[in-house]
Amino acid sequence: MFKKHILTTPEVSSLQRQKLRAAFWFLAPMLLVLFCVAAWPLLRSIYFSFTNTSLTNLYGGEWVGFKNYLTWKTFSSGRTIYSGTLADPAWWNAVWNTVRFAVVSVSLETIIGLMVALVLNAEFKGRGLVRAAILIPWAIPTIVSAKMWAWMFNDQFGIINDMLLSVGLIDHKIAWTANLDTAMLSVLIVDIWKTTPFMALLCLAGLQMIPRDMYESAKIDGVHPIKVFFQVTLPLVKPALMVAVIFRTLDALRMFDLIYVLTPNSKATKTMSILSRENLIEFDKFAYGSAQSTLLFAIIAIFVALYIWLGKLDLSGEKS
Amino acid sequence: MAKIELKNLSKTFGSTDVIRGVDLTINAGELMVFVGPSGCGKSTLLRLICGLEDITSGELLFDGVSMNDKVPSERGIAMVFQSYALYPHMSVYKNMAFGLKLANVSPQEMKNRVLEAAKMLQIDHLLERLPKQLSGGQRQRVAIGRAIVRDPRVFLFDEPLSNLDASLRVDTRLEIAKLHHKMKDTTMIYVTHDQVEAMTLADRICVLRDGNIEQVGTPEELYSHPKSLFVAGFIGSPKMNFLTGNIAEQHYCHTLGIRPEHLVVDQQNGIWSGEVVHTENLGSDFFVFIDLGTSEPLVVRLDGQERIQLGSRLRVRPLEKHLHRFDNHGLPIPSKSYQEAI
Repeated sequence: MFKKHILTTPEVSSLQRQKLRAAFWFLAPMLLVLFCVAAWPLLRSIYFSFTNTSLTNLYGGEWVGFKNYLTWKTFSSGRTIYSGTLADPAWWNAVWNTVRFAVVSVSLETIIGLMVALVLNAEFKGRGLVRAAILIPWAIPTIVSAKMWAWMFNDQFGIINDMLLSVGLIDHKIAWTANLDTAMLSVLIVDIWKTTPFMALLCLAGLQMIPRDMYESAKIDGVHPIKVFFQVTLPLVKPALMVAVIFRTLDALRMFDLIYVLTPNSKATKTMSILSRENLIEFDKFAYGSAQSTLLFAIIAIFVALYIWLGKLDLSGEKS
Repeated sequence: MAKIELKNLSKTFGSTDVIRGVDLTINAGELMVFVGPSGCGKSTLLRLICGLEDITSGELLFDGVSMNDKVPSERGIAMVFQSYALYPHMSVYKNMAFGLKLANVSPQEMKNRVLEAAKMLQIDHLLERLPKQLSGGQRQRVAIGRAIVRDPRVFLFDEPLSNLDASLRVDTRLEIAKLHHKMKDTTMIYVTHDQVEAMTLADRICVLRDGNIEQVGTPEELYSHPKSLFVAGFIGSPKMNFLTGNIAEQHYCHTLGIRPEHLVVDQQNGIWSGEVVHTENLGSDFFVFIDLGTSEPLVVRLDGQERIQLGSRLRVRPLEKHLHRFDNHGLPIPSKSYQEAI
């Protein structure tokens, strides 16, 4: 009987092999496309970051190891000079700008987005219209909205200065986008204005998954609405919120377009993406820019891994 | 303990009348079942009583006090939802204690109450589990437990057994009946579309149709003396046979109703005869469907031991005192006026 069992197993595995082969052929086109548009460019920029390639001679680069990342020279006087991206204050300024931007914008967008979603989740007349209207900032192309806001922020003719002056909140016109102190604020305002609808929509989808009788039960029990929000709504909407936050954070960490249009050369808003493009294209430090791109990729990858890991930990804690 | 009075209660959604001027008194400590086909307004009526819907017009009184403008939590009610409405992220204990926390109950008493209710429903070993780790029947018990701990004046059930499978439904029905016997002081309202649940659980049944009350009475009254064709057809399983045309005219009515259990096979004196077109054997009962040439076959209940061949001809005789006569408006003809007609 045992022998018979052994004899029959190859049949099963041949079926399995057939399934695996079919699965492979179904996946193959996708894998090929992904390799061409994602893996190949990524691997190539990582490779460039270890060479001295320049934009004018893309194929003439030589291997230089970690020189673009970090290298040091010790003089006979005993003084050591570090160079490379990791020793570049401009890079660390960009990292700090990006992180600051990501944390502030995503936090505010999440909070405001959730508030908007709660309003949209309630039943009132004209809800459909409001839902559509709230999506407009998200639907406008970033270049257009950035230009639009650039005019509104304009120090001479901008409507924002005009309004603030007329209500007396400021006593002189402010160069919102040019001023180092306000450039980041301007970028944050525009980004929050633009992306809150997206957050609200994701939150709304999460909110609508919560059965109505959950609220009705709490209502009959006379539970205070604020308690219901924190103890029922928030925990139940959390999975959707987690997804929304990770999407937005990834977006924010590679922030480029809005800043490129609104405050292109301000040190206060230069992000990692802006800086690496600057090196890649404008300064013809192609390999150096590639090293910065690679670091940006590494930071985002670590962040995603961390986030998923933390999310899993939390979930398993709930399950116990 | 609360006597509930509904006075000319109405509810409209937009231009749709869902409840049309309902008058009803539910006695304190009574288990009243609202039953009717889907869309008859029974759930809406329950939601008006618990305060989840606003009353359009009319008055709702608990012990003579108007509840029209009271929010649900001030009415002293507890409700068991069809979907259980348990909070998926809270343990059974937290689910049961959640509504209690604010009611100015001391932590110790809260714990006692939850434990007591859990013991009563035999879910005390499940208190640390999450709802998703429970079976359907256990979830339903938790939902009932959550309502019990609030010690309500009025206990509302909104189709609590609909999501359970057949055998569990019978078990849980028994549990609810027991609960009603234990909680003598609590008025209970139970909504269902299942007339068997209504018949087995109710002290009194309120049959609803299109937002109106068709009849209110004990299960016995509804079964024996239906006040309309609708109630006659709705209460009882399998449903009452309705005969019209010639056969009804011979009995001086527009529609003649006779329940399957009130027909006997009598090959000598049977007044109706026809071919057996279908049989159903339920073990305890044997149902025979006889084609009398009417639109629907006549259903006759026989003893489970009987065997009738398909295609054979049967003569049946109704038990005279169980005949129900209805006029062309679907209203019963009192036996007195029937006697006169003869």
